[in-house]
Amino acid sequence: MKTITDNNMNIAEAFYGQNVPDKSGHFGEYGGKFVPETLMPALEQLEREYLIAKDDPKFNEELKYYLSEYVGRPSPLYYARRLTEKLNGPKIYLKREDLNHTGAHKINNTMGQVLLAIRMGKKRIIAETGAGQHGVATATAAAMFGLECDVYMGEEDIRRQSLNVFRMKLLGANVVPVKTGSRTLKDATNEALRDWMSSVVNTHYIIGSVVGPHPYPVMVRDFQIVIGQEMREQIQSAEGRLPDYIIACVGGGSNAIGAFYPFIDDKDVKLIGVEAGGLGYDVGQHASTLSSGEKGVLHGSLSYVLQDDDGQTSPVHSISAGLDYPGVGPEHSYLKDIHRADYVSVTDDEAVDAFSMCARLEGIIPALEASHAIAYMVKFAPTVDKDKIIVLNLSGSGDKDSFEVAGKLGIDL
Amino acid sequence: MNRIDAKFKELKEKGVPAFIPFITAGDPDLDATRKLILEFDRRGADMIELGVPYSDPIADGPVIQSSYYRALSSGIKFSDILDLVRDIRKESEIPIVSMISQSILFKYGHKEFVKSAINAGLDGATIPDLPIEEAEGIIETGELEDFKIACFIAPTTTDDRVDLIVKKSQGFLYYISVVGITGSKNELNKVITTNIQKIKKATRLPVALGFGISTPEQARIAGRVADGVIVGSAIVREIEKHIDQDCSALVNEVGAFVGELVTSTKNQN
Repeated sequence: MKTITDNNMNIAEAFYGQNVPDKSGHFGEYGGKFVPETLMPALEQLEREYLIAKDDPKFNEELKYYLSEYVGRPSPLYYARRLTEKLNGPKIYLKREDLNHTGAHKINNTMGQVLLAIRMGKKRIIAETGAGQHGVATATAAAMFGLECDVYMGEEDIRRQSLNVFRMKLLGANVVPVKTGSRTLKDATNEALRDWMSSVVNTHYIIGSVVGPHPYPVMVRDFQIVIGQEMREQIQSAEGRLPDYIIACVGGGSNAIGAFYPFIDDKDVKLIGVEAGGLGYDVGQHASTLSSGEKGVLHGSLSYVLQDDDGQTSPVHSISAGLDYPGVGPEHSYLKDIHRADYVSVTDDEAVDAFSMCARLEGIIPALEASHAIAYMVKFAPTVDKDKIIVLNLSGSGDKDSFEVAGKLGIDL
Repeated sequence: MNRIDAKFKELKEKGVPAFIPFITAGDPDLDATRKLILEFDRRGADMIELGVPYSDPIADGPVIQSSYYRALSSGIKFSDILDLVRDIRKESEIPIVSMISQSILFKYGHKEFVKSAINAGLDGATIPDLPIEEAEGIIETGELEDFKIACFIAPTTTDDRVDLIVKKSQGFLYYISVVGITGSKNELNKVITTNIQKIKKATRLPVALGFGISTPEQARIAGRVADGVIVGSAIVREIEKHIDQDCSALVNEVGAFVGELVTSTKNQN
């Protein structure tokens, strides 16, 4: 199994060109650091420590050990025979990130960052969470290493993800309800950043996606590319070649970038990110940042953002708490602009249908986030030749979504 | 001469620190903001820091964040705030520095922002989520028009960064007096004195002290070491307290509090 130091440095150089991202974390014009001066020294320290750790064999050995022995990596790449037959198109493989400990890809990143926090001598961990998967993954890593952990979560998300709230509490984390703004992921992120402003000396902030100020988008990506690296080896050994399409859902974009990144230089592999189309195209009804947003600054970096003409963040909606976010990682904005990846969206209803379809055909209940990727594949696969191969990143398990989906289907649990 | 420079020059000659109240534009409404600024001017405030409300502030504490929500709930736009400044300029020459998030500034673009700000009568801006590394463009654009982009220094700022920031900052330096967000700690740290003296050796720019100063006594102590004292959350909290009263009562109450802060800041004997 591979981790970050195994040749990831220049994976995408042929396509990106040199100096992307540059030293201050710019992917073209995207990325950068837009944070208060108070946080700058902490970001500089984090970047310094990360660059050292990333090339330190001891750090990598340790991370590799926990990813394999604790998280359960590598996750299987599973040939989904019945989905393939049903859609009557290309061969479909599912990358089973739902089988990781805690049920999603998020733990790849939190294990890496907790190890880094320990290296920096920080005793307290904070995180923001939307669906609660990142919160659970953070609480888990913190519990295992005996670190204090506070997780910021919007009240609306606490309501729709009560199971994950309970899990975090079981794991010894303190869940801090966020009552400001839309009471969802973006507001939880504001509060976590604010906490960090006054606690930076002893606290490490684990951002859960490839968003935020540099070095987060690069660092979180590096911790997630294990997904794509495994995919590459697994599809090679199963099919003797690379896939034609990789499909992943995009909220902030960490599972997608982890799956895409090792394939960026393979230009015959098409990369497709699926965003949350919510209830429709009107402002406030969806969270399709790349499909319908504009360039702007949110949470410390320049990227596509859903905002109004005055720079105020627009309200967003998705049935999936993990995709219900008005921003997206700067590297995805760059990939969109250089036409290396395509970004599409599907609606809440399509995602719920895909959720049920995957459960019935494959015996796998996917997270609502990953259900968006599946929903797009359901529409797309029938239009593609049978000799093609699709790898879909099934980023998480849908156990957490049982109540939400039951409610949507009018069933009282 | 830019109103900010002129004011600091005048105060330096007098040997007294500046008192700079912060309020959020449009909290509770634009008319109240206009009246508050004129009242602060009348009560002896030297400069106004005018907050441009933003939906997702990360540098501001909960008190100021709530004031942003109150202001935004009426649907005000940045252009309305410029109109407000234009109105104020008919009656007052008090220097006004806007505090604006990079999210909003980016939307307008540097040139457009500086041009429209100057036309309206603003004298400068602080951009709390724009560190020095990303600030070069706006500082250069500002310099061309004598529009001051004042930069921040925090207690966590390393010496290398202090050197960089003092070279680039325009008008004054904004020293963040507590580690953390606005209005979170009710005390002044002794390390600050040492730091400010160090900064003053490195630059001739005035140094204003803000974040966490909430009482007249703290303002007086801050004025001992700094060229300017900025109070934000405590004033906004006062507005919040009187928000249900009619506008003139609110202006009187908040004005009286600012008057106390001015008197205490200036009384350095």
